[in-house]
Amino acid sequence: MDFELLTNPFYQRALATAGFIGFANGFFSGFVVLRRNALSVSALSHTMLPGIALGIFLTGALSQWNAFLGAMFAALLVGLGSVAVARGNRVEQGTALAVLYTAAFAAGIALLPKLDTRQELEHWLFGDIIAVGNTDIWIAFGIGAFTLLITNLLMRPILLTLFEPNVAAAQGVPVRSIQYLIFGLLVLALVSSLQAVGCVLSVGLLVTPAATVSLLTDRTSALFWGGGLIGGGGSIVAVLLSGKFGIAPGPAIVIVLGLLFIAAYLFSPKYGLLAPRR
Amino acid sequence: MSETHHDCCAHHGHHHELVIENLTVSYRRVLALENVSLATSCGNRVALIGPNGAGKSTLLKAIAGLVPRDGGSIRWRGTAVKKWSREFAYLPQREEVDWSFPITVRGLVEMGRYPQTGWWRKFSAADTAAVDRALDSLALMDLQNRQIRELSGGQQQRAFLARALAQEAHVLLLDEPFTGLDRNASLLLGDLLAKLAHEGRLVIASHHDLNTVPRLFDEALVLATRPLAFGPVAEILTPELIDRTFHEPVVPA
Repeated sequence: MDFELLTNPFYQRALATAGFIGFANGFFSGFVVLRRNALSVSALSHTMLPGIALGIFLTGALSQWNAFLGAMFAALLVGLGSVAVARGNRVEQGTALAVLYTAAFAAGIALLPKLDTRQELEHWLFGDIIAVGNTDIWIAFGIGAFTLLITNLLMRPILLTLFEPNVAAAQGVPVRSIQYLIFGLLVLALVSSLQAVGCVLSVGLLVTPAATVSLLTDRTSALFWGGGLIGGGGSIVAVLLSGKFGIAPGPAIVIVLGLLFIAAYLFSPKYGLLAPRR
Repeated sequence: MSETHHDCCAHHGHHHELVIENLTVSYRRVLALENVSLATSCGNRVALIGPNGAGKSTLLKAIAGLVPRDGGSIRWRGTAVKKWSREFAYLPQREEVDWSFPITVRGLVEMGRYPQTGWWRKFSAADTAAVDRALDSLALMDLQNRQIRELSGGQQQRAFLARALAQEAHVLLLDEPFTGLDRNASLLLGDLLAKLAHEGRLVIASHHDLNTVPRLFDEALVLATRPLAFGPVAEILTPELIDRTFHEPVVPA
């Protein structure tokens, strides 16, 4: 290991951010896996690009806040828009989401040449964790802490809703509000991982950790805490390795998480491909 | 079954009544239930029968508070039920449940305690005891650590019943509980519902097999959006009524 690298403040910040974002996103990935909507997460993540482009276009400058707010606005608009369209009962929600997010993504691509900040925009597409400043760390930390706090406080109604909304409602859970809350937190979690892995790869952080854990356990709570540990630990290891091998940290994070998933898929004692047949 | 904590008719001799009056429900301007009334009391098993689309599931959901009512009232033990009651438990059709959800049988039954514990309070000894009692009375103790997909159809049905017992629900609302069960599991569930009713609970279930209604239920409500008949099974299930309900096209209201 290159110890000189570890004393570099940029590198230290990158490691801290990767660990924290990885943990918060990994924890939240439990809900994505339980809700079986990884595909819509993928759609929402792509929606963040036109959001960022719009943010820059409107304000004329690329700053973290413009990018975060633009990304959040676009994801909320497209996500809630798809729910609204699906309520018309004619178009299914997945269909509505696919229509809206590709339209938004196309608008973003059309807008890109009008901006003179194209170069830096690549950082938002694939992340640039080495470049994180103190503001980024605090934004990531704030969003992560908020998400963890809310989900832990409301763990029971959230789980009841995700498992069986009708039974939950019969027990007095405000199912509709909980569903909107999960959606809002999902968008926040996506936005928080922008700096680390960018909008295209953010899905990896928000799906893979709990998907890996789900191959290893039947305990619901393990999905969250285990997902957090795998997300955080995997991200730190990935950033260390990326420095050593000279690959970009964003892709490295998603590659490491993907490899862990494949390992679990093959070797899980109960559900693995190579597990003894029962 | 050992002692239960039911202060219902089986123990105290007084009957808790469920009274539904003029219940009307519609989905997107299509009438699903119109002026449904019934009065029954705990200790009974009530079958909801009628052709597909007659509103059986909707009635169960309306009692459980899952769909908004356009009109009418539901009273339980003399008190109006505005939206939902902790004493009602809703059991969905088995195919509506995501059985691959990573939860154990015990975890599922513990969910039944959440109305008592609220969103934050830790499980007390009393909560744990209620969960143990529910698992025990439905013979699920040995299966408590299984993932719910690893259960047979009958066991899955019992797991949801155990969740309702852990909730200390008095009114059990079951959507097609016998569908997809093999003969043995079906007989077992029939005995179980009889036992639960005998202990003082009120069992209301949608059911589509007319042949088994007399064996499995005490009372029946025949529905075709509007109520066609309600009363003891022996009096209600006349050949004429069955013919009228199931073999003639239902005229929309």
